[in-house]
Amino acid sequence: MIDLVLDILSWILLVLGGMCVLIGGIGGLRLPNFYTRIHAASLTDTMGTILIFVGMMLQAGLSLAALKLFAIMLFLLLTGPTATYALANAALLSGLKPDAGSASDDPKEKESQ
Amino acid sequence: MKRMRAKRVLQRGEARLSSILLLLLVLAISWLLWSGLYKPLVMGLGAFSCVLSVYLAHRMGFFRHHQAMFKVLHRLPGYWWWLLKEIVTSSIDVAKLILSPSLPISPTVVVLDAATKTDVGHVILGNSITLSPGTVTLDVHEGKLLIHCLTIEGAKEIQKGEANRRAAALEKK
Repeated sequence: MIDLVLDILSWILLVLGGMCVLIGGIGGLRLPNFYTRIHAASLTDTMGTILIFVGMMLQAGLSLAALKLFAIMLFLLLTGPTATYALANAALLSGLKPDAGSASDDPKEKESQ
Repeated sequence: MKRMRAKRVLQRGEARLSSILLLLLVLAISWLLWSGLYKPLVMGLGAFSCVLSVYLAHRMGFFRHHQAMFKVLHRLPGYWWWLLKEIVTSSIDVAKLILSPSLPISPTVVVLDAATKTDVGHVILGNSITLSPGTVTLDVHEGKLLIHCLTIEGAKEIQKGEANRRAAALEKK
């Protein structure tokens, strides 16, 4: 009985995590410029990671595998924002203005505007 | 030449032998647990990667900051629990924004005065802000954080300073 409940719970988490990754992808396409697209990626990066890893930990049960999965999740959550910071900071330092609002930074679209 | 070398040492911080050995021990134990293979070649590669990691940590100035890190370590689980709740609510907000047909975003850049004092505190605050969807830390400079927010509401939320206060509370004695 408890196995079934855990199984259902873990699948709910996995499906929700998959949805977060999908929405992050859609956001990457829909949002207008670089800095706003980072926010969509961070949805994939954090919520997707947490949901999918907790789902997999429930599948693994109480074992060394669950501990390893937890450690991987922790490392991803610690290094993810650092990588995002490196990306955003590099864009800032190379002169991409962050206060463009929702204007597109695609050169082709800029010409037609 | 001599002055340059002195400056370099300052930048990397003085590494005491005890802390180097401690880091090496932690790395070795976690490597042994993780791999579970005890062949000579794999062990050799493991030892090499442990030593390389310690060298890189030294180069990055890890030994300058690790004591400040140990001080906040025991308060982290409580902070993570609060951060998790924050991440869940802001994820739902961002998902709604992305999926709504009119795409009602209002990107804003704000400057936040960090209430944290140490470098480790700044890193924890900046990374927590980046970690919650809808806000990204663009720059950290002399205790000021430049933050890009997806909406004006998110920017106001940041300026209320809940994250700032909690990250600063981590550092208290």
